[in-house]
Amino acid sequence: MAREESIAERINRLELPFNEFGVDPYGISKKHVALAASAFAVLYRYYFRVKCYGIEHVPPRGRAMIVGNHSGGYAIDGAMLITSLFLEMEPPRLGQGMAEKFLNRFPFASLWTSRTGQFTGLPEHAHRLLEDDRLLMVFPEGARGTAKLYRERYSLVDFGTGFMRLALQTRAPIVPVGILGGGTAVPTIANLYGLGRLLGVPYVPVTPYLLPLPLPAPVELHYGEPLTFSGTGDEDDDVIAGYVAQVKSRVAGLIERGRELRHQRRGP
Amino acid sequence: MRVLILGIAGGIARKLATRLLDAGHEVLGIDVRPWSSAPEGIEFHRVDVRKRAAEDVFRRRRPEAVIHMATVTALSVRGGERGRINLDGTKAVFDHCRDYGVKQVLFVGRHTFYGAASDSPLYHSEDEPPRALEKVPELADLVAADLYAATALWRMPEMTTAVLRIVYTLGAPGTGTLASFLRGRRVPMVLGYDPLFHVIQEEDVVTALQLALEKRLRGIFNVAGPPPVPFSVIIRETGRTPVPLPGPLLARLLGRFGFPRTSEGALSHIKYPIVVDNRRFREATGFHPAHDEGRIIRIFREASPLPGAEW
Repeated sequence: MAREESIAERINRLELPFNEFGVDPYGISKKHVALAASAFAVLYRYYFRVKCYGIEHVPPRGRAMIVGNHSGGYAIDGAMLITSLFLEMEPPRLGQGMAEKFLNRFPFASLWTSRTGQFTGLPEHAHRLLEDDRLLMVFPEGARGTAKLYRERYSLVDFGTGFMRLALQTRAPIVPVGILGGGTAVPTIANLYGLGRLLGVPYVPVTPYLLPLPLPAPVELHYGEPLTFSGTGDEDDDVIAGYVAQVKSRVAGLIERGRELRHQRRGP
Repeated sequence: MRVLILGIAGGIARKLATRLLDAGHEVLGIDVRPWSSAPEGIEFHRVDVRKRAAEDVFRRRRPEAVIHMATVTALSVRGGERGRINLDGTKAVFDHCRDYGVKQVLFVGRHTFYGAASDSPLYHSEDEPPRALEKVPELADLVAADLYAATALWRMPEMTTAVLRIVYTLGAPGTGTLASFLRGRRVPMVLGYDPLFHVIQEEDVVTALQLALEKRLRGIFNVAGPPPVPFSVIIRETGRTPVPLPGPLLARLLGRFGFPRTSEGALSHIKYPIVVDNRRFREATGFHPAHDEGRIIRIFREASPLPGAEW
């Protein structure tokens, strides 16, 4: 993206049906997206110094599901993914994540997720957004994925299978993405589940410096070629599991490629 | 068609009565409230739906269609009487419809049926159950009346029944649940929350009801106007000032110092949205609202100008 182009200009080029108040039928607001994008753009460029590869694999229009690994103890990965779609794509697109249920219960989190199109991860939401030709972001590892510890940062936990049935039902292409660096930014050494229950969140990550604030570690995003599966979404579990395994291995391959590139850059 | 409107003295019912009369229908109505300015040609009976005199209207006049708008919210009737009006009244209506050969019934319900919950889908389809009822017990009898009305679909299959779940009205004359919340100069919000509100202009409600009647709709349908708008936008664009207050503080202030009178549980309705998917109704009737969100808000602003310096 040309640095001269302002965030506001990119917002105006988002192909969403905003009304006269700058709000779309889901309550996504130009004003809120602009504020969030401005803040995240600073983190993206100067704090995490995100390197983004393969953004051309994301369709410029129409429905698609971006499927990635979780990297980091909370939503840094998702935030940087959304920011890359907004800053690096032509025209810019708004990635819509599937948020954890607890977020909508908290003040401000409820408001900001609603106004920026980050809705609770319900099949109804995913289905409707895809039918409406939106760009959906899915992390099939779920909360177990964000709970990965520092030493597990390049591994993948089990993928859920719901996303595959949704992709089949809505005939949406799947764009795999490998995310690196979030696990270094938030080097989790333990997760406090008891404290999390008290606070109404899944868990609280603990780092060597105690607070779960992110370090300025470089983050990399590696988008891969879209995968299309054909079917109805009513297939048996083992068929679906086979498709999911293909997506998972593509994501693992993208992470591996990212690590190799990193080694080459640091190389002799 | 000979149409009987129950609750005909209400704001929207009066407009509907006039519209149906103009469209060539024979219109009669029942209400406990007076309607002294009823236009000529509309036969008005000032009786309670639950009383024998109301049954007499069914027996003597034999309406072909009945539009049931005689349910009430907690804003207008408090305590047990509300439940009796909503449930005993609705039962009486359907009993009379069955006994006196009514062919078609429209039950005019509300979209608040679905409840405001943090973990429910943004767009509610007709197939969803009511949620978060425990938070707003004063809605329970309206939800029950809606479900009860729907039982007519299998209990009285010879009758064409439609249950309509209509979103908040906004516009002129500026009555209704949302409008009453927007009455003051300053409108409280729950700090950190800004739910979408789904609204429809009164004239569009009348159009929707007329379509439902004339298309002989059968089943359960959500009825909405233009796409929903954030609460803060409605407040600002109607010339009011939003006053965001922390939830627990707001709960203590309600009904005092000029704050709107509403239950603590109803605060969930200004924290989480109730938005409906109205595709089924649009496909069945071809309904399209004539008023978009901007026009609805401007009509309301003109019809309900700001009061004096109080809340």
